[in-house]
Amino acid sequence: MTHPEEILLEIEGLEKSFGDRKVLEGINLQVGKGEVIVILGPSGCGKSTFLRCLNGLEPVQAGRIHYRSQDLAKPDVDFREVRQHIGMVFQNYELFPHMTVIENILLGPLKVQKRSRDEAQRQAEQLLERVGLLDRKDAYPRQLSGGQKQRIAIVRALCMNPEIMLFDEVTASLDPEMVREVLEVILGLAKQGMTMLIVTHEMGFARSVGDRIVFMDQGKICEISSPEQFFTSPSTERAQHFLDIFQYDKL
Amino acid sequence: MMVYIFGGRVGVHMQLNWEFMIESLPLYGAAMWLTFKLAFWGILFSLLIGLVFSVILYYKVKVVSSVILAYVELSRNTPLLVQLFFLYYGLPKVGVHLSETACAIIGLTFLGGSYMTEAFRSGIEAVGRTQIESGLSIGLSKVQLARYVILPQAFAISIPSLGANVIFLLKETSIVGAIALMDLMNVAKDLIGMYYKTAESLLLLVLAYLVMVLPLSLVLSWVERKVRYAEFGD
Ligand SMILES: Nc1ncnc2c1ncn2[C@@H]1O[C@H](COP(=O)(O)OP(=O)(O)OP(=O)(O)O)[C@@H](O)[C@H]1O
Ligand SMILES: [Mg+2]
Repeated sequence: MTHPEEILLEIEGLEKSFGDRKVLEGINLQVGKGEVIVILGPSGCGKSTFLRCLNGLEPVQAGRIHYRSQDLAKPDVDFREVRQHIGMVFQNYELFPHMTVIENILLGPLKVQKRSRDEAQRQAEQLLERVGLLDRKDAYPRQLSGGQKQRIAIVRALCMNPEIMLFDEVTASLDPEMVREVLEVILGLAKQGMTMLIVTHEMGFARSVGDRIVFMDQGKICEISSPEQFFTSPSTERAQHFLDIFQYDKL
Repeated sequence: MMVYIFGGRVGVHMQLNWEFMIESLPLYGAAMWLTFKLAFWGILFSLLIGLVFSVILYYKVKVVSSVILAYVELSRNTPLLVQLFFLYYGLPKVGVHLSETACAIIGLTFLGGSYMTEAFRSGIEAVGRTQIESGLSIGLSKVQLARYVILPQAFAISIPSLGANVIFLLKETSIVGAIALMDLMNVAKDLIGMYYKTAESLLLLVLAYLVMVLPLSLVLSWVERKVRYAEFGD
């Protein structure tokens, strides 16, 4: 979907600094409904910070983030409300260790969204079934593998019925054999038309899941292109350089 | 009935008057009950104060946080005896009259509240940033975050120091005799004063404290193991 009819999220001139240090500079991006945006870029270029800004975990200094007729860059935004619509899963976003899998998943739906237990539980079980972990619903996080935990974290976010999902290197701390099971869940979401912003270092995955690739370097977006174009003939030298390093790493 | 206990090599021998000891038991029993009551309420209120204050400190609530920090310093840096005297002899001068029991419970709470605040606070600080962010990311409010995510974990982490504080407060009750309460210390002192049965009275005193503190220690370490396992599995 390169030309979506409906723009869900529109970011204009976003600026973010930590102290004197500029981390995001003039970020512009439009995300269409059902679109999958993959964000690539070297370490420290601001990918995580960008996603965190979209969810109010980092205050921003300038720019606008249009979402549902609100500007999320304003200081008075009710992020409790926003976070129910923009779910996120991060590299080391831990599950709550003192709660079972099902309790982890139901906390948001029951306490934040005040849904009925029956209905929320039914949805949670359906989602668990989909990621192949229904039989682990009463387990504690410590009894699960890294890949299982990350799939549960995804289910926990999905059970809030978000409109947009943010993924920040969700497979980065996993053993190689577990990467696949997590990426498959995300691919499944893409097929269902979930709007997503995904930061990843898995290039094959980026290529197959992304509608558009956003390449960032030093706090700026250098190029936005289709996966085909980006991986075969990127238009900027920096992107080419970035891809070369990845090729080299592969050898 | 007389029983002789010989101290072996040094040749010290001492007679214990068992009859006297048995007759004194009800006095000790009453004092233990008093100690238990004071400790129970003092500890309970201290825990509540610690819980509330540590959360306020965590969220850095303006003004209130500074007041709490001042209280913690004041409470930790003055002896309980002084605090009790202030309540018992000082307050009546400004027209506030409290019963001995109320003074003792308030004094213990004033002391214990700061210790419990510090214990909870270190537990809260040990809960990782990512836990908090993952709570925020599902839309929890600050109060819900504290209740469902931070405090249960902080509690498990704090249990050893909370337990140490509980034992500490129970032992600190031994000072309430200073404001004329018939606690264990006072019973023993009276018996020694009236009957000169020093060894018997002191032995009973030690035993009475052991009977109260030992089971509590055991229960606490059992709770500690249970909670730790439930939370973290190790
Ligand atoms: N809380 C913070 N305080 C100060 N500087 C920060 C903070 N968080 C991130 N930074 C800095 O901001 C820059 C961007 O960080 P960010 O984590 O967004 O990069 P990234 O693209 O996600 O990198 P990686 O691929 O390694 O995850 C880095 O230079 C980092 O050192
Ligand atoms: Mg990052």
